[in-house]
Amino acid sequence: MGKVIQMGEYFRRGFLEPSGKQPALFDWIFSTDHKRIGLLYLYSICTFFAVGATIGLLIRLELIAPGRTIVGPQIYNALFTLHGVIMIFLFIIPGVPAAFGNFLLPLQIGARDVAFPRLNLLSWWLYIFGAIMALSALFGGGGAPDTGWTFYLPFAGETTTNVSLAVFGVFVLGFSSILTGLNFITTIHRMRAPGMTWSRLPLFIWSLYATAWVQVLATPILAITLVLILSERVLGLGLFDAARGGDPLMYQHLFWIYSHPAVYIMVLPPMGVVSEIIPVFARRPIFGYWFVAASSIAIAAAGSLVWGHHMFVSGMSDTAVLVFSLLTFIVAIPSAVKVFNWVATLYGGSIRLDAPMLFALTFVLLFSIGGLTGLILGSAATNVHVHDTHFVVGHFHYTMFGGGGFAFFAALHYWFPKFFGRMYNNRRATWAWGTMVIGFNLLYFSMMVVGMHGMPRRYYDYLPQFTHLNQIATIGSWILALGMALMAVNLLIALRRGQHVGANPWEAATLEWTVASPPPPENFEELPQVSHGPYDLKRAGEA
Amino acid sequence: MHNHSQHCGAMRQLIVIWGLLLVLTGVTVGISRLDLGALNIWAALGIATGKASLVILFFMHLKEEGRAIGISLLVALATLATFIGLTFFDVLYR
Amino acid sequence: MNPSAQHQDAEGARLGMWLFLFSELLMFGGLFVVFAVYLQRYPAQFADAGRQLSLFFGTGNTVLLLTSSLTVALAFEALRQNRQRLCQGLLGFTILAAGLFLVNKGLEWHAKFQHDLYPGSQTLRQAPAGQELFFGLYYLTTGLHGLHVIFGGVILSWVLVQVRQGRIIATRPTMLENGALYWHLVDVIWIFIFPLYYLLL
Repeated sequence: MGKVIQMGEYFRRGFLEPSGKQPALFDWIFSTDHKRIGLLYLYSICTFFAVGATIGLLIRLELIAPGRTIVGPQIYNALFTLHGVIMIFLFIIPGVPAAFGNFLLPLQIGARDVAFPRLNLLSWWLYIFGAIMALSALFGGGGAPDTGWTFYLPFAGETTTNVSLAVFGVFVLGFSSILTGLNFITTIHRMRAPGMTWSRLPLFIWSLYATAWVQVLATPILAITLVLILSERVLGLGLFDAARGGDPLMYQHLFWIYSHPAVYIMVLPPMGVVSEIIPVFARRPIFGYWFVAASSIAIAAAGSLVWGHHMFVSGMSDTAVLVFSLLTFIVAIPSAVKVFNWVATLYGGSIRLDAPMLFALTFVLLFSIGGLTGLILGSAATNVHVHDTHFVVGHFHYTMFGGGGFAFFAALHYWFPKFFGRMYNNRRATWAWGTMVIGFNLLYFSMMVVGMHGMPRRYYDYLPQFTHLNQIATIGSWILALGMALMAVNLLIALRRGQHVGANPWEAATLEWTVASPPPPENFEELPQVSHGPYDLKRAGEA
Repeated sequence: MHNHSQHCGAMRQLIVIWGLLLVLTGVTVGISRLDLGALNIWAALGIATGKASLVILFFMHLKEEGRAIGISLLVALATLATFIGLTFFDVLYR
Repeated sequence: MNPSAQHQDAEGARLGMWLFLFSELLMFGGLFVVFAVYLQRYPAQFADAGRQLSLFFGTGNTVLLLTSSLTVALAFEALRQNRQRLCQGLLGFTILAAGLFLVNKGLEWHAKFQHDLYPGSQTLRQAPAGQELFFGLYYLTTGLHGLHVIFGGVILSWVLVQVRQGRIIATRPTMLENGALYWHLVDVIWIFIFPLYYLLL
């Protein structure tokens, strides 16, 4: 490995070096290099995130005062639908696995690429086509979709807005997700470097592996659900129309059979990111490697059994409510295993509070709040009280944004020097982090409280007694946005002017840090011979 | 690796499996004409599972594959069974 | 595993294909979930509706698909043995069977439409609740399956061209192998559609 690093001068720009044979853009959009595809995802995902966040800010702005503030009910419905579709399908599902997973999976297991590089490129193209279709639904004939990201039938079958186009876009996005999943599973099974046994796999890879299985086995249910929506809209089959003998609840079952496991697609890879960062910045090997690895698989498995907890007040049978409520509590166990192992890893460590660590620790805190409020929702009795209120919205954002989003930022700060060979300003990153944490909690904690008081979700208007908390939430959204803007500016400056860094600025022990930053096009001059575990920080230091 | 007679054996085996599949198709049509009550659907599903297993094991060469694919197949089927099973906690007791 | 083998890993390619087939299986699985629930709720109506499907076409198409599954498996075996002509002939037969299957399906659907049996039709609107659901699922499931038959046929035609041009050979059979796997899956799904829709009493 040493050889590659010494050739750093030659590889200064590594895989980022243009080929010079064709326009630079083609170098990227037709590249089958997993690192370039990972960055393609990263750039597109960040772009869509900015769009989704802007819509989120508009929603909050509308809610700053009761009554009509900036938009009416129809546009408000379109806004929260689009916010959901963009954030779920364009940001958080592909977020960590497609961007960071693509870049890091081959590097961390000691391979030159994924198993099917061309399929990988196809996944990105499908992602972009799906995204364009879903977003163009905004502007087409019937007006922007107003169903919520859940597309519940029978309403989604009847509304005259552009639901069909959005649904077809999501179908294509699902296909992209399945292809990424099968690519990752095959890569992990077939392309590990010599000596990279299953017990030496980095925990990020374990989380990607568990996620990939959910992608392969659950996403097809979303595909067929979307086909069923389209068939209702185009052919009018009436399969979920109670007047024609159908059962509307069957739609909800199908939708959540995918969409609950999907939240684990969104949160497992972030958990993997945190499992990578905490040992490195606490200078201690992860506590209970096998428990953390196995809990990823356990979450993926148990997460497929709990979809009914989205339907407690839908008129589902009481037996099913009982069963799904019980199973929901079971899924909390492996999540808690992870949290306790992270905390135990910190214990007695010499902790460095650089930006990646700050974001990772924030993940643990915010995700724990999200997870525990999830248990309030998971137990049927309390669920009835807060169902369909802002409490659910707050809980969801604590898990998905406080969890998934902050881990995405943690990953961004942790691997930024590896991706681009440059370091950002840590002081500014810390300021951005602090601003975001304050804004985030003001925003979503107020939401949970106002939900407890009974404010329903998805309404553009509310009773005057909710005004105060809504104003705090809206102000929180501005602070949060300010923090994110600062973070973005800091990273963009670093992209241009950041200090050059060596191969291993964090002194980590996983394989991606043994190659130059940015990595050379073929990753490894010679395939590495792996002789120690991913968190064997001492031996990595010696090597 | 393989000699000629083994190859001919492989083809013969595939044809025998095909014969079995046709026989099972006949059996399932035959059984469906008898009135066995609720057993009808389970017999039909049982025979279909048998036929599918033959196709998967021999035509799709699952027998010759490593364990990874076999276990994955079981995981996929178990997942589908779970989806159907848990849905019935709702529809059976509503 | 040496580095040059990484880019043409036949076993890896098969694993990838199997994973794709699992996702196909789960996609049809979603329709089977709906079918199971509605069958439980409307057993008699489903049986009445099922009796109106043509056992002749159903059984005929089953035999056709099983046979085509055999021929594509034999084609792969022939390729292994370097019997190019036999391989091409068997592939050709499989593609022909795919075409015939679709013709049958078309005739069958046509007859149903003539008997006013389609979702939203006058007859089904007046029929007891449940029958319309049966036909809705029938068209959706067989339609989706039919699309897979078309894809399978296209893939196998492409494979046939590659075999003719000598790009798929005994030592590099992956494309044929994966094409055949896809075709077998189409068969496996039909093996379940057939008794569930055509043989209900």
